[in-house]
Amino acid sequence: MLSIRLWATRHARLLELTYQAVEPVIIKLHPLWKSVGYERAEKPIAKLEQLCKGLVFDCQMCGQCILSSTGMSCSMNCPKNIRNGPCGGVLQNGNCEVIPEQRCVWVEAWEGSQQMRADDAIQVVQLPLDHRLKGTSSWLRVARQTAQRHAAQRESKP
Amino acid sequence: MTLHVDIEDGNAGAGSESEPESGLPGHSSRGRLEQVLKNGHFAITAELAPPDSANPQDVYARARLFEGHVDAMNATDGSGANCHMSSVAMCALLARQGHEVVMQISCRDRNRIAIQGDILGGAALGINNMLCLTGDGVQVGDHPQAKPVFDLDSLSLLEIVAGLRDKHAFASGRKLTDPPRIFLGAAENPFAPPFDFRPHRLAKKIAAGAQFIQTQYCFDLPRFTAFMQRSQDLGLLEKCFILPGVGPLASARTANWMRQHVPGVHIPDHIITRLEGAKDQKAEGRNICIEMIQQLREIEGVSGVHIMAHRQETSVVGIIQQSGVLRDRMPWTPSCETPRTKAPA
Repeated sequence: MLSIRLWATRHARLLELTYQAVEPVIIKLHPLWKSVGYERAEKPIAKLEQLCKGLVFDCQMCGQCILSSTGMSCSMNCPKNIRNGPCGGVLQNGNCEVIPEQRCVWVEAWEGSQQMRADDAIQVVQLPLDHRLKGTSSWLRVARQTAQRHAAQRESKP
Repeated sequence: MTLHVDIEDGNAGAGSESEPESGLPGHSSRGRLEQVLKNGHFAITAELAPPDSANPQDVYARARLFEGHVDAMNATDGSGANCHMSSVAMCALLARQGHEVVMQISCRDRNRIAIQGDILGGAALGINNMLCLTGDGVQVGDHPQAKPVFDLDSLSLLEIVAGLRDKHAFASGRKLTDPPRIFLGAAENPFAPPFDFRPHRLAKKIAAGAQFIQTQYCFDLPRFTAFMQRSQDLGLLEKCFILPGVGPLASARTANWMRQHVPGVHIPDHIITRLEGAKDQKAEGRNICIEMIQQLREIEGVSGVHIMAHRQETSVVGIIQQSGVLRDRMPWTPSCETPRTKAPA
């Protein structure tokens, strides 16, 4: 799947556009998720997410997707799981110090980020991973959090 | 006669219970490294390899090699993923004797619970400076079968330490009654790809809390200058002290081995050629190091150097003296209770 993953960072702009189109749909489906129940929707949606993102990004299902901040290169494929890479050990040819025959995930990330419209998202400091969320759906979390935020905004208005 | 007269704070015996509560105004630690840098002196730090021993005398013997010539000693945290005495213990032993130390913290071996505990413990034992690192992968060390932890990375670690100090809270949000007073450092490698991203990564580290930076070995001056220029354009050099890493190469063979086997070390061909052409390769390696220190001193934004002389620790003092970068300043040393003065010329 490495070749597809490398393809993804080379076409980071295209994937950014795809995400921008798909994300509002998932968020708009909030009433559906709510009526089914987020807990019940979790398993099949997480499975679907794993299939799609696993194929394209070698997604490791960390549950806190930051692909849009990493040039569409999944940082969980870094052997040190660095979410604020690259480390200081990158080889002169741009390959990984741990897996020398493979390109550094963060060299890919930097190149991908330069194609994206949100090219400064890579400069945001990422918080440490919440290991409880491993294996859960990022899509559903975004839908739920966005809905909650909208509800809070509506309530705060007089 | 400059000496340590600029250093206002006399509480050198860090770790003693009778220390005053607060440091100098605007300083985040009570340490001398922060004072030297903020007073605008050219600072020298050196890497101290921890012993493979449980004997404190081995630690003191290593520190004596640098004493009076460096502003702080870095105790490495399982560098190269090899097992040695822990950084926190080594720093505590030295801090008790009044040495200024930099405790290196690697994310490779411990999770956020263990690391935060060590930070509080280290600060309580008198450690003033901590350096946040992601750490080498376990595969390069002597225990390749170990589980790599990497619960945090260097940047999230920086944020957590800054939170302990400034927000008086653990990463969980739970409050501390007394925060650690720490001068906070990080590492950067301007000599590894992606080169264009390195200055931005420095910006990220500063945003996360880094106050000083020690870099990987500098053997490629043009590349370092380009990195500094770009960092200056981004307005980073006023926000952070930069101490490029330097070190003597023992021979052309060592240099070749290092660039092939030590991840992140970049040695240009002309350095290797120069070593090969020398009659005494070891002396030439020291000369290259001395020249590098002198050239780095002239670069705007460079606040000092960090000397890493693996297995050549005995040559460090000679290199510092011959470089002349300390001019007439003599770093503070615990072995003399009254400030030393240089014999008048």
